[in-house]
Amino acid sequence: MNAFPFADYLVTAIFALAVGLTLVGALVAALSTRIIRGVSGLMICCVGLAGLFYFLNSPFLALMEILIYVGAVCVTIVFGVMLSEPDEPAEPEKPGRALLWGGTAAAICLAVFLGIAHLAVNAPWATPAKLTTDGSVRAIGVSLLTTYSLPFELISVVLLVAILGALVIARSGRTKE
Amino acid sequence: MSFLALEPIRVLLYLVGICAFVGGNAAYLVLAERKGAGRIQRRPGPNEAGWAGILQPLADGIKLLAKQVMVPPGTDALLFRAAPLMVMAPPLMCLATIPFGDTVVARNLNIGLLFVFSFGSINVMALMLGGWASRNKYSIISAARVVSQNVAYEIPMLLVVITLLMITGTMDLNEIIKQQAGWFWNWNVLKIWVNPLMPVTFVIFFTCMLAETNRAPFDMAEAESELVAGAFTEYGGMGFGVFFMAEYANIVVGCCLATILFFGGWQSPFGALSDGLWGPIWFLGKTYALIFTVIWIRWTFPRTQFYSLLNLSWKILIPLSLFTLLLTGAMMKLPLLFK
Repeated sequence: MNAFPFADYLVTAIFALAVGLTLVGALVAALSTRIIRGVSGLMICCVGLAGLFYFLNSPFLALMEILIYVGAVCVTIVFGVMLSEPDEPAEPEKPGRALLWGGTAAAICLAVFLGIAHLAVNAPWATPAKLTTDGSVRAIGVSLLTTYSLPFELISVVLLVAILGALVIARSGRTKE
Repeated sequence: MSFLALEPIRVLLYLVGICAFVGGNAAYLVLAERKGAGRIQRRPGPNEAGWAGILQPLADGIKLLAKQVMVPPGTDALLFRAAPLMVMAPPLMCLATIPFGDTVVARNLNIGLLFVFSFGSINVMALMLGGWASRNKYSIISAARVVSQNVAYEIPMLLVVITLLMITGTMDLNEIIKQQAGWFWNWNVLKIWVNPLMPVTFVIFFTCMLAETNRAPFDMAEAESELVAGAFTEYGGMGFGVFFMAEYANIVVGCCLATILFFGGWQSPFGALSDGLWGPIWFLGKTYALIFTVIWIRWTFPRTQFYSLLNLSWKILIPLSLFTLLLTGAMMKLPLLFK
């Protein structure tokens, strides 16, 4: 990108687009009353996040974000919704209960958010001296199997538990009511 | 000239070229499809507009453009309008990283293969949103089918690709092509000394590609005889047209990928004449041969039943692709033990 006249503006604009997509998607996901629209918002949010990952020099992660979250997670959610939920507005809750549960949820969310924000502001950040990987398959494979082998193995345990859970639920088959 | 050499301008020009390529392909593949169907069913196919029907796509396009795009009442209008766009955008993105020749590529990425697959996976979501937003029971059944079909066939496809990735050791599409240089037995589809099941791997890949692009005999998304037009039932005019363009664009992307992964991309079959203008000629020749096979299969085999479609994936293709994965791993690593 040698001496393209508006290179800086272009990069800033694309970055703003990624941030905007993330925020708008998150807002749509949280505020929408129709659950399918909420999932669409989640999808937009994931695409925006992928853009942010790309700006953080990890194109592999960006593409994985799209492949897994848009291509698999959102599709599975919509599939589940389509099989279970008729698209009709839910019955209005009693205001007292709604206030109680909403208030509890808001308090917990605020506490978690404040805690994470406190950590993020005060904890020392490990800044890598150089670009740790070039995003190639080899670099990612090596780092997954050496530096990060414990998280990598733990993920496989999580997957195993998920598969076992699915088997337990599905074991009785279709015959049992 | 120096202005054209700037990277953003070059990529932009390539993208314009890709849009034209996709549009032209969609138009003329529809004609090829109808002609092929005609030949196979012993009738001439469209032959009125222009010489041998050569202007038929133009007439179709004008007809579709002149129609009003209806949004039926009761639909989710926003998603209904967004779905055709979402189904069209990913194949355009994918083509940006497909190398048509040694240097003829919009943007060569070192993870190009992953790029194609991650954007290819958005397609399902778009079809499903289109089906759901139509608020029509046929569309919703079709959308549910699209998802279960795509989830089922995504697995053997990715397993096959992982097998290939173990052999090539790179996700750079151009690098994968360069490894297949030389005579045609160096193409991945015939590398039986790496894995004797390589041709079978290609058959799995091709079957999954047909299923992922919702082509007959796996076109459960648009089973006209039972679901009117499946997810596209409520779409009219260019909304419907865009879905069809996207289907053909997806076929082109799938066949390009098959050419790259299994048939040596822009390499010639005899180790010479693959530089310069010859590269794209070989590449497009192989791709169109595969596209012809896709059309040929569609008009030769009847539509399968939905359960047998899922059984084919879960009971045959997935175990088989897992077996080829293990076999390739064993054949690559076992000789190292006895050194």
